[in-house]
Amino acid sequence: MNTHDHDHGDCRQLLKDLSDYIDGDLDETLCVEIERHMNDCDNCRVVVDTLRKTVSLYHDLPATPMPAEVEERLFRCLDLEAFVGAER
Amino acid sequence: MAGLTIDLNLYADEATLIDALLSGDKHACACMVRQHGSQMYAVALRIMGDPDEAEDVVQDAFISACGKVASFEGRSKLSTWLYRITTNAALMRLRKRRDDTVSLDEPQIGEEGELLPRQLGDWEIDPGRQALSSELRQVMEEAVESLPPALRAAFVLRDIQGLSTQEAAEALDISETALKVRLHRARLALRERLAGYLTGHPQEMAP
Ligand SMILES: [Zn+2]
Repeated sequence: MNTHDHDHGDCRQLLKDLSDYIDGDLDETLCVEIERHMNDCDNCRVVVDTLRKTVSLYHDLPATPMPAEVEERLFRCLDLEAFVGAER
Repeated sequence: MAGLTIDLNLYADEATLIDALLSGDKHACACMVRQHGSQMYAVALRIMGDPDEAEDVVQDAFISACGKVASFEGRSKLSTWLYRITTNAALMRLRKRRDDTVSLDEPQIGEEGELLPRQLGDWEIDPGRQALSSELRQVMEEAVESLPPALRAAFVLRDIQGLSTQEAAEALDISETALKVRLHRARLALRERLAGYLTGHPQEMAP
């Protein structure tokens, strides 16, 4: 259960720093503050965990390579048809 | 039909490649397209959400890049400069696509309260340890497309393409602080969208 017996203002206050926190860009004092808060606040613990998972999921999203025919048309429109189909 | 080959090793470094581009060397231009085309296509595709429009964007971007190599000052990496041109081309097309006059420059999220997390359940997924199912991939792609363009561009460059904060800020011509604010808003919005799908919904291993 999410029991919230502390001030929601703390959650709100910490929220803006959570991206810096998961990126490792936050100074240590604030990190300690966030970690202490998360020990008492299930909501914020979940938000940090799922925010981290969000970033991680997109990091793993495979890129769609440029299809060969798109590259071919790109070469043509750049007046580079001599290079169409050139070996990689 | 294949004629000339593209020798990516011909230019020792970026400065040499730029010099060749400046002298109008077509082989250098072909090299630039080969080296950076796929990354620019990936950005265009994520911002536009449509392969045909992504192709138009990449064409706009490289035509523009080849035409103004002289304006590349060498202070940033060539890729950052190309990301900037590509992102601009994409945002320009989005502007044309919209018939209303909502500004794309400022995120439409005004009230701080709108950013407060609503979805507070755990996710039963372990990123990095399992492949993404095609269903989840689609949810993720639609979530990105639902972001306001300014947030979307920041997120795509930083979190999908993996540019550094500094590079992504340069590509968008905004401060690093502004980039971080947009990125954070984008991540929070995406988290909400994904939560709708992932909360209490155990993920199958993709086949
Ligand atoms: Zn909290």
